[in-house]
Amino acid sequence: MIPLNYFLVLSIILFALGAIAFFVKRDLITQFMAIEIMFNAANLAFLAFAKSAGSLDGQIIVFFVITVAAAEAAVGLAIILLIFRQKKTIKSEDIKLMKG
Amino acid sequence: MAHFLFFLLAIICIASVLGMIISKDQAYTALFLIVAFVCMGGLFGLLEAPFIAAVQIIIYAGAIMILFIFVVMMINLRKGVGPEKKKWTMYFAVVIAAVLVVELVLTLKGTLEPISSAALESLGSPTDLGRLLFTKYLYPFEITSILIIAALVGAIVLVKKRDKE
Repeated sequence: MIPLNYFLVLSIILFALGAIAFFVKRDLITQFMAIEIMFNAANLAFLAFAKSAGSLDGQIIVFFVITVAAAEAAVGLAIILLIFRQKKTIKSEDIKLMKG
Repeated sequence: MAHFLFFLLAIICIASVLGMIISKDQAYTALFLIVAFVCMGGLFGLLEAPFIAAVQIIIYAGAIMILFIFVVMMINLRKGVGPEKKKWTMYFAVVIAAVLVVELVLTLKGTLEPISSAALESLGSPTDLGRLLFTKYLYPFEITSILIIAALVGAIVLVKKRDKE
């Protein structure tokens, strides 16, 4: 029987690594992947709490998170593709249209 | 046995996320992420959520990452994005992550203690999950289907090449 706080600690580590990846990487696609890692860390915490509470509601929420993440990936990647077509770059520091 | 499996999956997961941070090539980044997601599916299985584990591997490691790899191939940067010039962003990111870790640990500290002794009987069979999904959570489920349709149409409209008339 694995103590459930192991899962929570792993979730915290993965969330922090996702945040580091988001700030270190400079292209939009990899930053988007870092966001997916953070989603997964949150899902892991949800499942750990669902198990400790003995209810299925946490698993349902994880199911919805995965669904919404799929929809978000489709739209987000379409937007990245549009940005690349118009500006010929996906480096996030080159996209500063609103900087003035 | 379960402990061994947990530590194996956790170490592979963290190592592949680190590999994703280090690697320069976007395709390798996506492949590292697939490894991380598959390990995450195994961890979900250890938490007695077999259906969610299957969904994780089919949708995340399958569908979403294939989408990412398609976009990486379509964008096809010849030499990739170069290494970080400004050194301070790296330190800044580490500092922010450390603050985040401290904050999360402080938040979860109250909940860490009572959880550790929980030993429940099996839950989360796909039958129970489906029954709950179609009774208590029927409206969110239907709204999700509208969301998926909207995202599908939106993605097609965004990427479609317009005719020049």
